Amino acid sequence: MGGTQKKKYERGSVTNYITRNKARKKLSLSLPDFRRLCILKGIYPHEPKHKKKVNKGSTAPRTFYLLKDIRFLLHEPIVGKFREYKVFVRKLKKAYGKTEYTNAQRLKENKPTYKLDHIVKERYPSFIDALRDIDDALCMCFLFSTFARTGKCHVQTIQLCRRLTVEWMNYVIASRSLKKVFISIKGIYYQAEVVGQLITWLVPYQFAHDHPTDVDYRVMATFTELYTTLLGFVNFRLYNSLNLLYPPKLDAKAESELKEADDDDYAMNSESYLEKLSALSTSLAKVVSTTEEEEAQLDQFPVEDEDLEKMEAREREQKEQEAQKKLFEGHKFFLNREVPREPLAFLIRCFGGEVSWDKSVSIGSTYEVTDETITHQVADRPNVDKQYINRYYIQPQWVFDCVNAKIVLPVEDYFLGVTLPPHLSPFVEEKDGDYVPPEKLKIMALQRGEKPAQEEEEEDEEEEEEDEDDDDEEEEEEEEEEEEENNLKNLEKQRSQGKSLSVKVTAGKMKVENPARLEQEEKAEEKRLAIMMMKKKEKYLYDKIMFGKKRKVREANKLTAKRKAHDDAEKSKKKKKANK
Amino acid sequence: MEQSSTRTEMEIVRKTVKKKRSKEEEQEEQEEQVEVFNLNNKTPEEEEDGGDLSDSEDSVFSGLEDSGSDSEDEEEDGSHEEDRKDEHILQTKNKKKGGLTKEEEKQEDEYRQDSSDEEDIRNTVGNIPMDWYKDFPHIGYNLDGKKIFKPIRNKDELDDFLDKMDNPDYWRTVHDKQTGSDIILSDDQVALVNRLQRGQFGDVHFNEYQPQVEFFSSDLMQHPVTNRPADKRSFIPSLVEKDKVSKLVHAIKMGWIKPKRHEEGEGRYYDLWANEDSSSGLARHKMHLPAPRAPLPGHQESYNPPPEYLFTEEEKALWEQQDASDRKCPFVPRRFSSLLQVPAFPRFLHERFERCLDLYLCPRQRKLRVNVNPEDLIPKLPKPKDLQPFPTTQSLVYRGHSGLVRSISVSPSGQWLASGSDDGSVRFWEVCSSRCMKTVQVGGAVKSVAWNPNPSVCLLAVALDSLVLVLSPSLADRQVVSASERLLSGPQGAEPVEGAGPVTWSDTEAEELNQGIRLKIQHPKSVQQVVWHAKGDYLASVMPDHSSHLQVFIHQVSRRRSQNPFRKNKGLVQCVSFHPIRPYFFVATQRSVRIYNLVKQEMTKKLQANSKWISSMAVHPGGDHVICGSYDCRLSWFDLDLSTKPYKMLRHHKKAVRSVAYHRLYPLFASASDDGSVIVCHGTVYNDLLQNPLLVPVKVLRGHVITQDLGVLDVTFHPSQPWVFSSGADATIRLFT
Repeated sequence: MGGTQKKKYERGSVTNYITRNKARKKLSLSLPDFRRLCILKGIYPHEPKHKKKVNKGSTAPRTFYLLKDIRFLLHEPIVGKFREYKVFVRKLKKAYGKTEYTNAQRLKENKPTYKLDHIVKERYPSFIDALRDIDDALCMCFLFSTFARTGKCHVQTIQLCRRLTVEWMNYVIASRSLKKVFISIKGIYYQAEVVGQLITWLVPYQFAHDHPTDVDYRVMATFTELYTTLLGFVNFRLYNSLNLLYPPKLDAKAESELKEADDDDYAMNSESYLEKLSALSTSLAKVVSTTEEEEAQLDQFPVEDEDLEKMEAREREQKEQEAQKKLFEGHKFFLNREVPREPLAFLIRCFGGEVSWDKSVSIGSTYEVTDETITHQVADRPNVDKQYINRYYIQPQWVFDCVNAKIVLPVEDYFLGVTLPPHLSPFVEEKDGDYVPPEKLKIMALQRGEKPAQEEEEEDEEEEEEDEDDDDEEEEEEEEEEEEENNLKNLEKQRSQGKSLSVKVTAGKMKVENPARLEQEEKAEEKRLAIMMMKKKEKYLYDKIMFGKKRKVREANKLTAKRKAHDDAEKSKKKKKANK
Repeated sequence: MEQSSTRTEMEIVRKTVKKKRSKEEEQEEQEEQVEVFNLNNKTPEEEEDGGDLSDSEDSVFSGLEDSGSDSEDEEEDGSHEEDRKDEHILQTKNKKKGGLTKEEEKQEDEYRQDSSDEEDIRNTVGNIPMDWYKDFPHIGYNLDGKKIFKPIRNKDELDDFLDKMDNPDYWRTVHDKQTGSDIILSDDQVALVNRLQRGQFGDVHFNEYQPQVEFFSSDLMQHPVTNRPADKRSFIPSLVEKDKVSKLVHAIKMGWIKPKRHEEGEGRYYDLWANEDSSSGLARHKMHLPAPRAPLPGHQESYNPPPEYLFTEEEKALWEQQDASDRKCPFVPRRFSSLLQVPAFPRFLHERFERCLDLYLCPRQRKLRVNVNPEDLIPKLPKPKDLQPFPTTQSLVYRGHSGLVRSISVSPSGQWLASGSDDGSVRFWEVCSSRCMKTVQVGGAVKSVAWNPNPSVCLLAVALDSLVLVLSPSLADRQVVSASERLLSGPQGAEPVEGAGPVTWSDTEAEELNQGIRLKIQHPKSVQQVVWHAKGDYLASVMPDHSSHLQVFIHQVSRRRSQNPFRKNKGLVQCVSFHPIRPYFFVATQRSVRIYNLVKQEMTKKLQANSKWISSMAVHPGGDHVICGSYDCRLSWFDLDLSTKPYKMLRHHKKAVRSVAYHRLYPLFASASDDGSVIVCHGTVYNDLLQNPLLVPVKVLRGHVITQDLGVLDVTFHPSQPWVFSSGADATIRLFT
């Protein structure tokens, strides 16, 4: 035989993984530093395929990192910076301890800092990669920009976040790339298509945060550190792509107008500039000021017949998008003071509308309430005292719903004091079989260009019900079979008890045989028999899939039932009122 | 007076020494004094006279009276400072000054001057508590060392009171303890006391708020403040500083101190991806698992959702009861009538933080999500239509039994059906008409019935309790009946074997004979099953028993002989079967099927059924395949040529499989189960050994009612037609065609 005995857990997958503690020791970092490094470098634990093998036979819960990842971290220059910082803190403490304040001051001035540029470049080798991962960055920056400047994190960070988010919003306005928007109970979701990437971000409502104790702000701050760097570079690149100046400057014309208006109200010019930018009401300065934009015309390529349809579809889609971009063009909005200014101004400007607000609300208002050319005034109160005849008074939801529907919706449902129609999520894409709320059907009908009418609505509902019927057909079939059997049983019983019954001949009924129905039944039975012959594994999978499907159907049915009950209740209420 | 003057002299001497030291200093001092005296806001002369306020320690300690005299001394001091003094000069000056003061005092207060001059009762005891002289007649000593006697105090309380009433100056009279005399304060003095009590300056003319003259101002003055020449140290480089600088230089050289860094604000961002090349993708990026995006919100997250998405009361209660991890929806959908009313989301920070944690702490794993169309999973089988004929519908029901029908058997001709029931009867039915032709009461629950497969005889074996009966129902033509009679009559010569074994054979008599019961085979234990050999001469019976080897008997009817083929107990025997062609014998125990070669008398194979408890077994008419039904809902198909493991396990039934059967001619087999269904499957067996049998379920037959958790108990095929009979716990037998 011969040969040395091979030890367990020294070969195979176990060599690819390393536990967190070991990794920490290998890098000789403290846990917070290790955490910071992992966040910045984007290193995450991996779940091994055979956990027990990797865990050397133990089943204790452990997090594993790839050994390669940890080796990769060994060369990171930022680790050196972490150590420098540690030394700095020690020196500072010492200086304070010796009451050498000048020394401490000098040390503070030379506080070691690090840049994350190389990490961003390394994590996102191409611009598209960076854009793909920018969702979280935006959410985080928008959150941080709403923080009060007290304690929880550095004021500089908050200011930087605010600046970057304002820049981002200005870019979205300039490029008109916003696609969808949704008011949820958490905040407002926005979705934009930037360089072909769908980017979704969530902006919290403007309230003071109730800072919870069980949230580690250091972790969040580390993420924000990375995200601000990333967002800054992305902004730079995006501004460059649109030939806009970065850092953003206001249009010369607009700037002069604004200056006249607000010079005396603001103490510091530098402070007011960001505010002016964040007013979102004016366009940005370009590197080369060209007023006319050249629209790149899509060239027509000779295509095969099959592709022709696709091509047409694509063209149609593009037209739609163009139309959406100009949704509010020609409309002039005025925001009342109780309406959240920033999201609405952002939205309206994104789709080409003009917007203004009361001068006392914020800097950057462009016209007064008294302007006769205003077409819509957005208000969020039951009624407004002084109403102008030539404008609509609408609730803010109208703007959001218009954006999602991609058309200018009729304003009647959104007048002041009117109960608003439900606000639907534009992110839900219903597949067939899913529940579609009737409001969505209505909007879809409007999009198709149909006139809204009561009858159509009803028809829609009926159609819907039919759809559901299809879903239930299988079950029904089974039921029918059962019924047949029941009938047979009854017959049998009658037959068996027939001795006691008076013998009677009843006229037989013609049993109409529906050939299509029969065929269907046959097929269903075939299927059932085939299912019986499935292998165990496949059967399990099949059952799981079918269970999921059935659950979906059940949920959809439940929603329809709830809706129906609600509508019925409403109707009966109305009737009662009418009777009274 | 003398003492105090000496003291002042001493002070003067000290000061002269000081003044001699340097003239400049004196000048400075004078300057300072000027400043200090400025505060007093007196005329320059008075200032000079006022002298050092710091020196007026005496005035602090002495009484009011003394302060006056002390000030005289001080005045003297001041005057002496100006002149260069000697003792003589001092003396003269003193006198002169004295005159001066007198003049002044005259101007100020007449009364004081009088009192001090007339009775110079200066007490020399000093500033001591006067209590010490309480017990003495005197209160101290005057300048001459004479005792000063206490004034004769003839004043008592009454006098005091009278004095208070009469004397208008009583309120300003102060008793001087040191001299023992009463002093009446002047108006000025009273005013002074009042001012001091109010916390004001003693001097009336002093302006507390006079404008401050800035000595060191920002204005460049024409003349220097002092005319002192610069010190040497002011133009010689400082060694200490040199030391400090050299240390700093060294620290900078060594890199311990770094020059101040300049913040770069605006130009922080640049085009990071200016020269990106797609080829330089690290291997890491190929291995990278991007984190899944946060899920997008649905309708129910809206601030104004459609009414169907809002929770009802029950749903809300359920949501509150559930653990946070079990909740389908992490928040309660809410409806607000306007955007203005939407509050902040309380868990916003938590959710963002959890997302952060997920991003850096959550282990990631690449998982292949199978996007399977469920239709593709269903195996492609030949259509049942193409596999016809097979039984499809229930055509006949045989009613008559009152207990559950345990066993049925079809005659080899296919004309008759025998059934044994728990009601103690065996019935014979005509298959086509469902008529009960004959009923035989056997007196006990019938466990098993079996027609003799030999078409030339017409016999039925019935198992009940510990008996096996052989019936001749005489339901055939005469020839066949006589042939069976002949078989039953047995060998006449070999009668005396009786009593030798545990099994006794006996003929029946009278009543029973009339019913058709011909033979009784008494077993030691209760019999569960009887099976005929294909030839019709041999009969096997099963008596399941854990502890004994007497579980199976093989009887030869023609010779009325029984034998126990096994010497050892190999497990609880469930059922047995003869091979249709070859001399093999199948014995199914709980978990396996053993195949014995009857000629060689040895076991040839042992089939592992992979099930917990075999209930029934059937052998293919070809003899190469066996199916076993088991109580754990399975049906296993064995290919004897292939393996001892089942070729296929079929889990078609929901409950225990009670019985299985093969068709003799058609490639069909059926299984009956407690779930009340009979499943007919198509099982083609190919002659080609390389081709595996094809099993296709073709029909699920339902009809039996489940009673007491029992469904279908036995199933059997018609020998020539594709019909199947089933008997159930609902006391019926059904025919499916």
